[in-house]
Amino acid sequence: MYDFSYHRPKSVADAIGLLKGKPEARAMSGGMTLIPTLKQRLARPSDVVDLGGVKELTGIKVEGNNVVIGGMTRHADVATSAEVKAAIPALAYLAGHIGDPQVRNRGTIGGSIANNDPAADYPGAVVALNATITTNTRKIAADDFFKGLFETALADGELVTSVSFPKVEKAAYMKFPNPASRYAMAGVFVAKTASGVRVAVTGAGATVFRVKAMEDALAKNFSSAAIKDIKIPADGLNSDIHGSAEYRAHLVGVMARRAVDAANK
Amino acid sequence: MTISVAMTVNGKAVSGKVEARTLLVQFLREHLGMTGTHVGCDTSQCGACVVHVDGKSVKSCTILAVQAEGSKVTTIEGLAASPDKLHPMQEAFRENHALQCGFCTPGMVMSAIDMVKRHNYQLDEATVRRELEGNLCRCTGYHNIVKAILAAAPAMKSAGV
Repeated sequence: MYDFSYHRPKSVADAIGLLKGKPEARAMSGGMTLIPTLKQRLARPSDVVDLGGVKELTGIKVEGNNVVIGGMTRHADVATSAEVKAAIPALAYLAGHIGDPQVRNRGTIGGSIANNDPAADYPGAVVALNATITTNTRKIAADDFFKGLFETALADGELVTSVSFPKVEKAAYMKFPNPASRYAMAGVFVAKTASGVRVAVTGAGATVFRVKAMEDALAKNFSSAAIKDIKIPADGLNSDIHGSAEYRAHLVGVMARRAVDAANK
Repeated sequence: MTISVAMTVNGKAVSGKVEARTLLVQFLREHLGMTGTHVGCDTSQCGACVVHVDGKSVKSCTILAVQAEGSKVTTIEGLAASPDKLHPMQEAFRENHALQCGFCTPGMVMSAIDMVKRHNYQLDEATVRRELEGNLCRCTGYHNIVKAILAAAPAMKSAGV
């Protein structure tokens, strides 16, 4: 790891101030991706601004029809939150299946979505549940947030302060984890609301994407039988030593059907 | 960048000067000379380096020492009440032959204690196996580790730890 200047601000305003004017500075939330990246010398930030001391970014609250999760809220806290379990059990399930218990004790929702790893779990929930991402400057709709491989709509020095998830009628997340890394080789989040159905896929492509054909079929008939003949094109999907694009395309169909069945239970 | 860091390790106040990039496990092993916490993979996968920070299990190879500023850290060295009285989890590992080479054991024990507490001393085999996903063992095949954790859960409850 290259050395860097370390800062531990106590407020969002101080954090923004520390990042300002330093193009090579990086914010750190849980550090579950950033620290391994630094250890491999894949990044060389001049400054690391640790958000661990910013209390205003932590916590879960229910506001009307929405569950609002602070950007620095750890996966373990989302997984065990009574509010999340009651309002959107699929979201608690997802958080409880990220990485391993030690990663869940450190990793945060804001860090996960700001990093936008193609195999991260949270982007699936954020897009399928049509969440709204709040930053220190604006609100961003889920469909506009994830731009590509490790790319988001966030500007330099912009921080995710919270993510707001509307309650849903039915939802479920199913993933096929890589047996060693626990990262999703394909994960599908299915959500049914009064306004329709959303199906979001993570792990299989460069970034999270929706499957319109499945959404339309499920809007008419919310059962796994309704999507059993829908084929996902392998073009553009991830292909690596763990699985080919064709294999991942097949997995998306399997995980989608399992997610619908789980949502209907 | 050199930073002063202070924390409580196994009930004792400790401090030192570290680089910003110093990992918690390096601080424990190289600055404090506490080599009970092991470095296995150094890539957050194997769990040999698990310690408790403010009561929660973390991989000490994936947290900076400065991030633990002001925290209460517990390592494998801080578990036994006295040199001749092991923690119930350590005793269960011994009784159930839950280690062979022993390299993964410090992390296994620390993860296991956190697991038992999070599940309010009530565990079944499937839960234990799933909860061990962040700890790798290359000798035992896990079977006796699972047995040890299941045996330790009620023992910890009755010992009040």
